Amino acid sequence: MSSAPSVTAEKPVVSGGPRRWGEPLMHGLLWLCALASVFVTISIVLILLVESLEFFRQVSVVEFLSGTVWEPHATPARFGILPLACGTLLVTAGAAIIAIPMGLGAAIYLSEYATPVVRDVLKPVLEILAGIPSVVFGYLAIVFISPIVRSLFPQADVFNALNASIVVAIMILPMIVSLSEDVLRSVPRSLREGAYALGATKLDVTAGVVVPAALSGIMASFLLAIARAVGETMAVTLAAGKRPQLTLNPLESIQTMTAYIVETTKGDVPRGTLGYQTIFAVGLTLFLATLALNVLAQWILKHMREKYE
Amino acid sequence: MTPPSKPQSMTELTAEPKPRTLPLRRTTVDHSRVVDDLLDRPQKVVARDVNFFYGEHHALHDVSLSIPQNCVTALIGPSGCCKSTFLRCINRMNDMIEGTRLSGQILLDDVDIYRPRTDVVELRKRVGMVFQKSNPFPKSIYENVAYGPKVAGIRQRSQLDEIVEKCLRRAALWEEVADRLAASALQLSGGQQQRLCIARALATDPDVLLMDEPASALDPKSTARIEDLIFELKDSYTIVIVTHTMKQAARVSDQTAFFYEGRLVEVGATTDVFTKPRQRQTEDYITGRFG
Repeated sequence: MSSAPSVTAEKPVVSGGPRRWGEPLMHGLLWLCALASVFVTISIVLILLVESLEFFRQVSVVEFLSGTVWEPHATPARFGILPLACGTLLVTAGAAIIAIPMGLGAAIYLSEYATPVVRDVLKPVLEILAGIPSVVFGYLAIVFISPIVRSLFPQADVFNALNASIVVAIMILPMIVSLSEDVLRSVPRSLREGAYALGATKLDVTAGVVVPAALSGIMASFLLAIARAVGETMAVTLAAGKRPQLTLNPLESIQTMTAYIVETTKGDVPRGTLGYQTIFAVGLTLFLATLALNVLAQWILKHMREKYE
Repeated sequence: MTPPSKPQSMTELTAEPKPRTLPLRRTTVDHSRVVDDLLDRPQKVVARDVNFFYGEHHALHDVSLSIPQNCVTALIGPSGCCKSTFLRCINRMNDMIEGTRLSGQILLDDVDIYRPRTDVVELRKRVGMVFQKSNPFPKSIYENVAYGPKVAGIRQRSQLDEIVEKCLRRAALWEEVADRLAASALQLSGGQQQRLCIARALATDPDVLLMDEPASALDPKSTARIEDLIFELKDSYTIVIVTHTMKQAARVSDQTAFFYEGRLVEVGATTDVFTKPRQRQTEDYITGRFG
């Protein structure tokens, strides 16, 4: 031990090794990738804010938020967003009323009742449904749903809010099913067993234990789906019409905020005019609405979730 | 396996004071008395030639075991010996696992619970279960205990109140939670949660109580409370407990069954099994040579 001078003792062990350029380089590149998404988000919000500010310099916020007539291209122009907001609300509420019970029902079926074989077939089908382009849903609404709605309610317009509600409901359904099913399945098996051991039937266990235990996640999935419905553009632009009006009748033609933005962006309103700037103000309103829904969903997930450990 | 019960001797026997703990190696205990005691009681649950399969895997081999009424029967054995599997056969909890199969008979009060047309829901009301990991529902303390009676159709508030208080008292939890019945059960400590699960199991008024390592996740103090509780409960219930610790089996049980690799190696009065095991494997296990 004491003899035998070490051969390796003279080699520097810690410093002076080969310089590894790859490490900091990769670190930097990955950092840039992460930064890009943050940069883009901040830029978009800034552009929205700056352009909207330009708009609100000429139109008061109070008039914008409380006005009941939206005629931005008429003279004199009227900038009350309520008709557009009402259109969005009508379509979204209709879609939620249809999609939430169906989605929850399907999620419960998949999670609690379906055999593995049935689940293996149904889940991919739902994912395909989620992948269908929204423009396809839009013309399906006009070609198939509208005639059915009009045969049931002859007084309905060709383009109407109900069309849009139905088609948006179909679009957000996979989201509700898939997110809700995930939270239902993540309810610990031990809770189910505990309930079965007390002589509970499957219905007792599902309705009395599993669904309440997963409720926060289910609520969050509803909110995320509603946020999606609020922002949905293509299908509602095609299906709901383009008549901004303050109505709660789903059979009438309406215009949503998103549809208005499409119309104006594609239309012949010159850039830089007040009429053009409306799209930023409407866009900002939309952004704030969906942001609020997303934040609320995250908050529910974080604070209402039961801790099982 | 054992002759039909003699219920008339029951009261006399239960009135006899039982040793609080059964020491591991004391030979002065009158074994014959203990054995007679077990055999004289009505046999609440009788398993006959039970074989159990998880798919192709043959888990339990020809298990025949009688569980006397108002006694504590401990199932011991090394991990993976399928003692929990056997326990879960008694309330048909294994039905929930896909691809399981059982042959043989398990009689509860002389009725085969695996015969066709058995109402599993009714069975589980009569055979309660407490799990290894406490699993209170994410509901209030009150709602946890009231869950069983509610699914059984009891709706009257006063009746539910009565059951909840009675069961929480029985589970020695009432004093600690009486002033916060509406609080979430998840706020309770681990030991309290497990006693809540016991109260919840008692609320369906079962005859048999199955306990799957009920104290394995608890500290010594909570464990002692649960063991005291088991000792008190056996006057009213027939208890089957799976346990990993030999000492616990010795402390709480009247009868001990030793399982090894899916077979019932030995069963007898706890004092006998611990002081003069008949099988070599049993002796090796209880003296800590394996397992």
